[in-house]
Amino acid sequence: MKMQENNISANGFEQCIKCTVCTVYCPVVPVNPLYPGPKQAGPDGERLRLKKGVFFDESLKYCLNCKRCEVACPSGVRIGDIIQSARIKYSRHSPSLRDMILASTDLVGSTATIAAPIVNSVVRLKPVKAVMDGVMKIDKHRTFPEYASRTFESWYRKHARASQDGYRNHLSYFHGCYVNYNFPKLGIDFVKVMNALGYGVHLLGGEKCCGVALISNGMINSAKKNAAHNVGLFKESVENRKYPVVATSSTCTFTVRDEYPHLLGVDNSSVRDNIFLATRFIYGLIDEGKVKLVFRKDYGRKIAYHTPCHLEKLGWGIFSTSLMKMIPGVTFSMLDSNCCGIAGTYGFKKENYQVSQAIGKPLFDQICSIAPDVVVTDCETCKWQIEMSTPFKVMHPVSILAEALDLEATAAANR
Amino acid sequence: MKFDTIIIGGGLSGLVCGISLQKKGKRTLIISSGQSALHFSSGSFDFLDRMPDGTPVENPIEAVSKLPAGHPYSVIGRENVAAYAGNTKRFFEECGVTLSGDPDRNRFRITPAGVFKRTWMSIGDFALADSDREKIGERILIVNILGFLDFNTAFIAEGLENLGSQCRCTAVKIDELEHLRKNPSEMRATNIARVLDRQEVTDKFIAEVKAALKDEDTIVLPAVFGLKNKSVTDSIKSSLGDRKVVFIATMPPSVPGIRTQLQLRSVYEHSGGEYLIGDTVDKAVVSKNSVMSIGTVNFGDMSLEADSYVLASGSFFSKGLVALPDRIFEPVFGLDVDCPAERKDWYSTQLFDRQEYVSFGVRTDAGLHPFKSGEPVMNLYAAGSVLSGCNSLYEGCGAGVSIFSAMRVADLISNKEE
Repeated sequence: MKMQENNISANGFEQCIKCTVCTVYCPVVPVNPLYPGPKQAGPDGERLRLKKGVFFDESLKYCLNCKRCEVACPSGVRIGDIIQSARIKYSRHSPSLRDMILASTDLVGSTATIAAPIVNSVVRLKPVKAVMDGVMKIDKHRTFPEYASRTFESWYRKHARASQDGYRNHLSYFHGCYVNYNFPKLGIDFVKVMNALGYGVHLLGGEKCCGVALISNGMINSAKKNAAHNVGLFKESVENRKYPVVATSSTCTFTVRDEYPHLLGVDNSSVRDNIFLATRFIYGLIDEGKVKLVFRKDYGRKIAYHTPCHLEKLGWGIFSTSLMKMIPGVTFSMLDSNCCGIAGTYGFKKENYQVSQAIGKPLFDQICSIAPDVVVTDCETCKWQIEMSTPFKVMHPVSILAEALDLEATAAANR
Repeated sequence: MKFDTIIIGGGLSGLVCGISLQKKGKRTLIISSGQSALHFSSGSFDFLDRMPDGTPVENPIEAVSKLPAGHPYSVIGRENVAAYAGNTKRFFEECGVTLSGDPDRNRFRITPAGVFKRTWMSIGDFALADSDREKIGERILIVNILGFLDFNTAFIAEGLENLGSQCRCTAVKIDELEHLRKNPSEMRATNIARVLDRQEVTDKFIAEVKAALKDEDTIVLPAVFGLKNKSVTDSIKSSLGDRKVVFIATMPPSVPGIRTQLQLRSVYEHSGGEYLIGDTVDKAVVSKNSVMSIGTVNFGDMSLEADSYVLASGSFFSKGLVALPDRIFEPVFGLDVDCPAERKDWYSTQLFDRQEYVSFGVRTDAGLHPFKSGEPVMNLYAAGSVLSGCNSLYEGCGAGVSIFSAMRVADLISNKEE
């Protein structure tokens, strides 16, 4: 009896009853025969690997780490964590130059931003794409996300920083690589919205990439370093300044809250409950009656919302959808739960391109049949994938709020 | 976050309750901690196959009046049970799930082991037999997919031959499914179904069946078609038109069960209901016989509030009940659980005997309010297999209890508010 009670591992692998429900909801299984599926790759394989590491199978690299298996599991087994941990522990595959480039969002981003106009046009050139496809194995169908010519951080220092101390409430913004290097507009929208809600927005002071791309490309030591560094900044913000940490990217949020302790062994327990996704944070303020939203009267949009896999795992999709439904003039459609297929850097790799598009197809078809004015989602890589695979524009819920709110009236209501 | 009703549990009972309440214009939320037991369903719904003393039941509606007082059907009330049973077919039809069978009559289904078992209604794929002596065909071709172990053609043939049919078994090889055979534990009904959902693969299967067919009048197939694409099932029936096609349930996981779950969830969400999956209720504030609020793992410090709450969290499998070596408890609210104090009284060491633990669950008053420390919790209702008072496995009443108690709770909640 005692053995039964005490023999439960952190990822719950012995709770697996072999029911195969995880495999039903795995997006890779139906489109990639080389992937053994979450049950086999996860708890079944783990049983063997615990005996001897030689049972590790490199085909685990086909796992998207979308965590849909975990969301579906009726027995609480952290299947995705088991698979990723096994890759970390046993894989002898060292990251190629391509994987390192794709994973180093920080380094590549800061270099590319300096020469953004050149980089943006060069990576679009057919001969360059052919070289990237042939030599680097980055699929030629992909268009690299554009680099901004000025980072979000430099915009912030010039246009926002001076006024932030003047607000009643404060938060720290984890903008992530995407906002900083590729799409500062989302960060600017976030500052506008939070300022209107009476919150001063502060930078963490040297945040590093959350590390999600490092993890999926097997660069674990770099990921651990970033994690330890970021948790230090979160502690400084939450414990010393009493500022909660808010991010706009669902994957960054998921990574710093859950992957740090589960995959990287970096303890974030003292700050985890104070790290929020923007829509969760804003909805919480409305729910507690702390802020008021005043919407523009002339706003009208037909919105289709896509829940990113990691947001589904966080269980916070309801906050983004509830905010969108709150906006007068919005016609709202909920897209079926379906992975878009990109999974960060996964879909950029030549060997995954076909699989990636096959996974996302039901989603693209549904978007096309609804034909919305705009698709809304909280994840930047879902945005790239949907914009590349459908004719529709994709926006973040915070940017929708920035458009739909009467910012001056909202600011007056929250003064 | 505030709702009219919060339902804990997103399986058959939770979804029927949620859809019923949404139809009445309520704003509801379902919280589900993982996928439900419908994934392991036989594809048939049992109402009451036999009485607690073992007597077989032919007309379940009539039999309800002879059940003991603590049985969920007695709590729901005979008149109500009859009304809900009469309404079930239409309710599911409106949700896009076709059922065959009659409200006041039990029929027979064929199990994956080839025996006839009493049941009430079946999801469209399956034919029901009027008696356990009925021949489903004179000459029968039983077709399996090569390498699929959860559909035992020899057992099925033996069962059907005992009734006087002539059977021939065959297995067809489909190239698109061969990769699954690398690992026998992945050659499962749902994995096969995901590939067969592509019409061109099912077309190949149909061609193989036609090639194998001789003078048989009936074809028996495993129920591995139409997981998300229902039209492949119809295409089989129409392509093999002149022969009778009978689908027989496979061992779990259940393709028709999962299709039903997905369909009910989609209907619920399209009617405006909110469905949280992969989340667990870990906080409940109960004061003065009333639930004030609940909290979940993912919601953290944000509480969830409602006028009424429904506990449809299932039994042991779904962790609606938790068994420790020395006690059995209901983990969400800490409700009073009907079960003997002594562990030795929980089970029989003979595996196939009637197992008492199946009947454990929360006790309720006539309004389906469960008790906490001896007092009923007035804005909380219990539905489905978390209820005590019946041995769903022995009596064959699991689906009926889930559906009728869910409909009853939905009525009680909306009548109370009117």
